[in-house]
Amino acid sequence: MKAEEVLDFGPLESFGYDFGLSRRSFTKLLGGGLMLAVGLNGKAPAQESGQRSHGGFLGTGARNLAARIHLGTDGTITVMAGKVEGGQGARAELTQAAAEELRVPASQVQMILADTELVPDDGMTAGSGTTPRTVPAVRQGAAAARNLLIGLACSQWEVEPAALEVRDGRVVHGTSRRALSYADLAKSADVAKEFEQAIPSGVQLTPVKEWRVMGTPVLRPNAREIVTGTRQFPSDVTRPGMMYGKILRPPSYGAKLVAIDTTRAKAMKDVAVVQDDQFVGVVARNSSLALDALAELAKTAKWQDGPKQPSSTELITYLRQNAEGGPPQNPYAGELAGANALRRTYYVPYIQHAPLEPRAAVAEWSDGKLTVWTGSQNPFGVKNELARAFHLPDGNVRVVIPDFGAAFGGKHTGECAVEAARLAKAAGKPVSLRWSREEEFTWAYFRPAAVIDAEASLNAQGKIATWHFVNINSGPNAVETPYSVGKKDCRFVESKPPLRHGSYRGLAATANNFAREVFMDELAAQAGADPLEFRMAHLHPTNEDPSAGTPAARLRAVLEKAAKEFRWTERAKQKRIDIGVGLACGVEKGSYVAACVEVAIDHQRGKLKVAHICEAYECGAIVNPANLLSQVQGAVVMGLGAALREEVQFENGKILNDSFGKYLVPRFDDVPGMEIHLIDRPDLPSAGAGETPIIVIAPAIANAVFRATGKSVQGLPVRVA
Amino acid sequence: MDAPVVITLNGKSQKVVADPDRPLLEVLREDLHLTGTKFGCGEGACRACTVLINGQPTPSCITPLSAVDGQTVLTIEGLGRDGKLHPVQEAFLAEGAFQCGYCTAGMIMGVAGIMNANPGASEAEVMAELQTHICRCGSYVKYRAAVRRVVGLTQIEQRRA
Repeated sequence: MKAEEVLDFGPLESFGYDFGLSRRSFTKLLGGGLMLAVGLNGKAPAQESGQRSHGGFLGTGARNLAARIHLGTDGTITVMAGKVEGGQGARAELTQAAAEELRVPASQVQMILADTELVPDDGMTAGSGTTPRTVPAVRQGAAAARNLLIGLACSQWEVEPAALEVRDGRVVHGTSRRALSYADLAKSADVAKEFEQAIPSGVQLTPVKEWRVMGTPVLRPNAREIVTGTRQFPSDVTRPGMMYGKILRPPSYGAKLVAIDTTRAKAMKDVAVVQDDQFVGVVARNSSLALDALAELAKTAKWQDGPKQPSSTELITYLRQNAEGGPPQNPYAGELAGANALRRTYYVPYIQHAPLEPRAAVAEWSDGKLTVWTGSQNPFGVKNELARAFHLPDGNVRVVIPDFGAAFGGKHTGECAVEAARLAKAAGKPVSLRWSREEEFTWAYFRPAAVIDAEASLNAQGKIATWHFVNINSGPNAVETPYSVGKKDCRFVESKPPLRHGSYRGLAATANNFAREVFMDELAAQAGADPLEFRMAHLHPTNEDPSAGTPAARLRAVLEKAAKEFRWTERAKQKRIDIGVGLACGVEKGSYVAACVEVAIDHQRGKLKVAHICEAYECGAIVNPANLLSQVQGAVVMGLGAALREEVQFENGKILNDSFGKYLVPRFDDVPGMEIHLIDRPDLPSAGAGETPIIVIAPAIANAVFRATGKSVQGLPVRVA
Repeated sequence: MDAPVVITLNGKSQKVVADPDRPLLEVLREDLHLTGTKFGCGEGACRACTVLINGQPTPSCITPLSAVDGQTVLTIEGLGRDGKLHPVQEAFLAEGAFQCGYCTAGMIMGVAGIMNANPGASEAEVMAELQTHICRCGSYVKYRAAVRRVVGLTQIEQRRA
């Protein structure tokens, strides 16, 4: 595991709820004023929190084969994994992984995901890690089980393994036509002992060219339940006697509750009020009643404002002023005098993940034991959060993550789970808590804003001689340039984020790739070169075979594919002020992407419309082409939102656009003509694909605007007026 | 104050005693345990909560219970008949048209409402309804493919008839 692979995905600092001995609940959120995130400084999560090994970014994996696979004597096959399904396709891919190695159809595998009582800790579902890490882990377990079946046949029939074949869930001896199934294996006396052993790491996995289930478009196993509305999302979980909760939120960030009169709310029928220091909530027999009680409480609450905070319009100055150690100077400044140099500052705002299902949790206490059903990317981390908040031994907390309504990096935490548990504890009944859309827009965390300083010089041949690139505040992902340049200095420096920020699809790679790719187009213009040719000239060695597995060759291959399919060279010749074409490329988390776009600009009305996107994407051997296509299409659409409209506005500790009526996410008519080219590389390991396809959309659009108007774009969202 | 309201819900008469000002969505989910209809925003802006009221696609999060007294309400749970999927559900399933699936029931109800009222509806007519829906996973391309499939299928069936 390379250190950079775990960057940025450490658990956020939690709300700091503590409902136990110290009674200092909520201090970090309210008393402390600012909500700071951790995890951007490059340390592994475990180093930062010093917490137990469970709940870390990578997890501990399955301690033995039994923890990964259960074979029923009735022939059922159950596979357990600690990943979650939030629409990114883990359930289908992990099912395929097991089915492939067990040599059974995908439909025969029952997959249990993310129930901390039943599954191994496979780490957070983040950082595009399921495909490169958990798929192989599941394959190893399944292949080990298959080998046991072969071993059983060898010993029963006294034959060599080479004489056997496993297909359709049975090991078959061709010459004698004898067969044994996984049910037979489950019935054998020694198998339990074998399953207690650790999964051998050297198990031979099926080569890509022999894949039968992997590499095929397997549909999500519970798809029928989705279209019939019978699949229970976390907000749908219902328990006997369950009540509905609401939390009293401060009117602004950092505000502190100084007085409240709960008498009237407590007197309401079928309502219970919970006050625990700064934590105030209600439970009632339905949500409307809970809201009524909350309104009663809000009337009597007295708040003290927190420290003054900057507004979104002051962010560029604020983040720069608070950059740790000051914004770094260009170490090559001395070489710039008289050189063909360019300096720019780019800005990327805070944006919200806005998953369609807001945070939701159902909590139930029984004999001091707590069970919570919730939507989160970090089941074991949420378990830790609950154990900590309620001072419970590890074994007394169970977290179940039903397939939930999306995250995009926005659900690494368990604050809603803790809140539901606190309410349920007071009510003595199970409680369902679902955040409102306004709460999700305000109290969830944000993709960090960034200020990026870029300065470069060109040599006499029009090649980049020096490159200075600094990300302030949003993180180090993809801060290093993939291009060959003379001298380079690429850095990330922390600032003092005014909002609670955390992960996002591609996280800082969205900001860094935006700035770099837009800067590359400006440099190309300065060098008098075509943007495509300028990039190619900086991907060394330039004479390499395109099928080579090197990073430069892979990046060149996607660029060439996107440019060819888009007819870049031809379309780039046309000069119109109302139509522009642009391109961008990038690499992140081991996969490669390039896009060409065409935009239409209505200068009179100041409107920008993306007409056409052609994206080429390569992530090694494709595990599930249908799911991969969905992921790429989805990332393109999400990238459009960030490029064209999304920006969190805030002032005096309040979010100003905290609804779908004010924060405009992409809808059907925003979707341009979309052409996706998936490049399969069976010769290369499979990389995760949920994030990287997003990182080229904003810069390609900005470059198209630059090409049409000649005006450089230096911030998001892109504006043409 | 709680009051009795009678609805024809998924083909059956259903009496509910509840505060008539409560949103229909909440009553469906919390009192009747029909959780297939989802909460997304509470302001009718995302349409995850779409149900058919007298056949018309309607955001149930901003519809008070009182508005459906004596009316016909169809939710995703009542769309299929006798264990068989509605053609719109079939089309969405065939295209794998969803990612997390949280907006899917609302999308399906929106399309089904248009198609039930006018089996010859054009793709443009269906898309006009879907323009009011949000899919944050961005599965719009596959959703549109599902719409094309259902529009095409319906037209084929009509020609046969």
